[in-house]
Amino acid sequence: MKYVDEYRSEEGARRFLDAIRRVVSRPRVVMEICGGQTHTIVKSGIDRMLPDDVTVVHGPGCPVCVTPLEMIDRALLLARRPEVIFTSFGDMLRVPGSQEDLLSVKAAGGDVRMLYSPLDAVKLAATHPEREVVFFAVGFETTAPANAMAVWQARELGLRNFSVLCSHVLVPPAMQAILGAADNCVEGFLAAGHVCTVMGFHEYEPLAERYRVPIVVTGFEPLDLLQGLHMTLVALEQGRFGVENQYSRAVRREGNPQAQRQLEQVFEVCDRAWRGIGTIPQSGYRLREAFAQFDAERRFDVGGIATKESAECIAGEIMRGRKRPDQCPQFGRECTPERPLGAPMVSNEGACNAYHRYGRGA
Amino acid sequence: MCLGVPGEVVEIRPNALGMTMGTVSFGGVRKEICLAYVPDAQVGDFVIVHVGFALHTVDVDEAQEVFRTLREMGELDELEIPRPE
Amino acid sequence: MSRPDQDESEGKAERLSGATCPLPLADYPKVLLAHGGGGSLTQRLIEDLFLEQFRNPALEPLHDGARLEIDGAQLAFSTDSFVVRPLIFPGGDIGSLAVHGTVNDLAMCGARPLALSAGFILEEGLPMETLRELTRSMARAARAAGVPLVTGDTKVVDRGKGDGVYINTSGVGAILPSADVRPERARPGDTVLINGPIADHGVAIMSVREGLEFETDLLSDSAALHGLTAALVQRAGEGLHVLRDPTRGGVASALNEVAGQAGVGIRIDEVSIPLREAVRGACEILGLDPLYVANEGKCIAIVDPRLADGALETLRAQPLGRDAAVIGKVVDDHPGRVVMRSRIGGDRVVDVLSGEQLPRIC
Repeated sequence: MKYVDEYRSEEGARRFLDAIRRVVSRPRVVMEICGGQTHTIVKSGIDRMLPDDVTVVHGPGCPVCVTPLEMIDRALLLARRPEVIFTSFGDMLRVPGSQEDLLSVKAAGGDVRMLYSPLDAVKLAATHPEREVVFFAVGFETTAPANAMAVWQARELGLRNFSVLCSHVLVPPAMQAILGAADNCVEGFLAAGHVCTVMGFHEYEPLAERYRVPIVVTGFEPLDLLQGLHMTLVALEQGRFGVENQYSRAVRREGNPQAQRQLEQVFEVCDRAWRGIGTIPQSGYRLREAFAQFDAERRFDVGGIATKESAECIAGEIMRGRKRPDQCPQFGRECTPERPLGAPMVSNEGACNAYHRYGRGA
Repeated sequence: MCLGVPGEVVEIRPNALGMTMGTVSFGGVRKEICLAYVPDAQVGDFVIVHVGFALHTVDVDEAQEVFRTLREMGELDELEIPRPE
Repeated sequence: MSRPDQDESEGKAERLSGATCPLPLADYPKVLLAHGGGGSLTQRLIEDLFLEQFRNPALEPLHDGARLEIDGAQLAFSTDSFVVRPLIFPGGDIGSLAVHGTVNDLAMCGARPLALSAGFILEEGLPMETLRELTRSMARAARAAGVPLVTGDTKVVDRGKGDGVYINTSGVGAILPSADVRPERARPGDTVLINGPIADHGVAIMSVREGLEFETDLLSDSAALHGLTAALVQRAGEGLHVLRDPTRGGVASALNEVAGQAGVGIRIDEVSIPLREAVRGACEILGLDPLYVANEGKCIAIVDPRLADGALETLRAQPLGRDAAVIGKVVDDHPGRVVMRSRIGGDRVVDVLSGEQLPRIC
C-alpha cells in the first residue's frame, strides 16, 4: 500500500535506530500522546529496539481511556432504553462502566451497533424514523470534524431522532497539564500527527516556549516514530526547544481550515473531566446551543447515576507517564483484557492493553 | 488519534445536500468517503482517511522527506531504500 | 475444540500461557458474544463447563475432531455449528460454509471424510427461496467435496429467535494410514507452512455488515481442504506433525493453541505471511489485525524441517495451495508463546485475544 509500506522498511528503521544510538548521550524521557503511536511502538517492537537511555512513556492519548466513568454509565443507560439504537465505534464497546459494558447491555437485549463512521449513524436515523439513534461521539480533535459533519447533516436532513453523546477531549490542555505538573519528568513530546492534521501545530508553540521542551509532530508508521524520536533527541542534545514537523506529508502548521470552520460552527470549548486525571479546564468540546436538540445529554434524562471507580486502578499515573503498566500491582493479575479494572486495559490503544497483548512484563 | 489511512481518490461526486463524497481505494478495496474537508482533492490524489472522512491530501513532495533524510544518513551505504514512486 | 496448556500447577500455567487465566466462569452470569469468539473466554467455557461435565478419554485432547478406534478402524468424528450473519456473503453462504467446516475439521485430523449430517434450526418467516438457495449450495459443496450428506434434522423456532438459519454439521472420516497429526507432535526445529493468504473470510463477512460496507467484493476463502491435506499426508507421512485450520480467532489463535498444547514456542515472520492487498487495505482502515481474522479455506501445516521443501512443493501443486508459504518455525524458546518478527525487525508477542476482535478508530 502506497504511503504505508515505505514507512515500514527494515533498513530505514535500522538507520534511524543507529542514528538514535549515536546521538543520545544520557538518559532521556520522551512522551508520545497518541494511542495509535503506542500501538505502533509496541506492535513493531520499537520500544525493545531503542537504547536503554531512551525511555518512551505513553501519555493520555487514548480518548477511550480518558472518557469519564459517568459518561460511560450515561451511554449504558441510553443503550438500555428500548427505543434507542445505540451506535459507537468498536473501541468503546468493551470499556467497563461502574457495573458492565456496552457488550453486556447488548447481551441483555439492548440494540447496540458498531459503526465505522458517524455518517452511518445519520443514515440509520434517516431509515429508522420510529427509533432514536444515539451516537457515542468520543475522540480527540481528529474525530471531531467527522462528528461535527454528522450533526450538521442531521440538521440539514431535518432529522428529529438523531443525537450524539459527546465526550470530545483536546490535546494541548492535556499536554499543558502534564508539563505543568510539579513532578513532570517528560523532556520532549511526540505530538499526535492526525490531531495536528486537523488543528495544525501553532497551538503547541507557546507550550514549547513556556516549558522549554522540543515538540515534534509525528506520524504513525514505524519510520515516522523513529524519525520523530530522533528529531526530539537531537533537539534535546542540542539544548533546543520549539515545535518541528516530522509528519509534513499530512500536517501543515495551520491545519485543515475547512475542518476547523465546521468545528467552530457545531462545537464550543468547555471544561472536561479526564478519567484518571481529573477536570482540565477548557479541554473538551460540547455542542453549541443551536444544536441542543442533537445533544443526547439534553435530549434524554441521564441523571441519577452513581458511579464507582475501581479503587485499585492506577490509570491516572499510567496516563501521565508516572508508572508503566507492568509496574501496577494488578497488571496481569486482577486486571487483564478480559476483566479490566480500568480503561487503559480495555482499549486497544490503552497502554496497559498494549503491554499485555504484546507481552511486555507479563 | 489515530487511525488515518492513506487511500487513492478514484471518484468524486457531490451528494444531494452538496456535501462532496467520493470513492477512495485502499490497496484495491473501495469505500465511500466524505471529501468535504479536502475540497482541492482530485482523482488520483492520495488522502488520509479517518472514520469515513478525508482529512488531508498527502503532500507528494513532503512524503519524500523521510527518505531524503535516510539517504543522507546512508550516504556511504550502498543499500537501496524503498520509497514511494 | 481445542484449548491452551493443560498443566495443573498455576506457576507453570502462567509461564506457558504468558498471561493469567481469566476469572472463573462463575463471574459471568450471562453468556456473552465473546464466549463464542474463539479466544480465551471460549476456552474457559469449554474447559470449566463442558469438559468438566462430559469428561472422557476421547474428549480430553479437545482437538478439532475426536479420534475413535472402533473394531480396529481408526475413525475421526467431528461437529461444527454455523451461526454466521449475513447468511449469504461474497464467496459463499452458511450452507457451503457448514459443509466445508466439518469436512475441514476431519481433514485436520488426517482423515478422509466419509459422510456428513446436517441439522437445521430455521426461524419462522425465513423466505423459502433463501432456504432453497442455501440447500442447493450445500448440496453443490458436498458433491464437489465427494462427501455425501446422509442424515439430517430440521426444527423451526419462533420468529425473532433464530437469526434466519443455524446449521450444525457433523462428520465421520477414516484416518489415513500414514497420518499421525496431533498438536503434541510439534517439535523445535519444525517448519510452519500455510496454504495461502490469510484473513479473506473474516474480512468478507465484515465487509457486508451494516456500517462497514465496502464497494469492492472481498471474497471468503471458504473451501474444502481434504484433497490438499491428503496430498500432504501422502508426501510427508509421519513427517507431517500438525494440521490446523485457523478459523475463528485466526492464525494467532490456532498457533497459540498448538504452542500451548505442545509446550513449544512458535516464531513467525510478518513479511512471509501471505495477505491479499485488498484484504490488507480493509484491515488497515478498520484497524483489524489480520492475524486474528477468521479463515475458512486455510490450513496450517507443521512439518519435519527435512520435508519442508517437499511439503511446500506439494501444496503449491494443489489448486488451494498455489500461494502457499513458509511462515515460521517451531522453537524451544518461550514455550507456549507465539512471537512474530515485525516488518522492521523487532519482536512482538502474538497473544490470544479474550473475545472477538473489533474494528477500531484509535
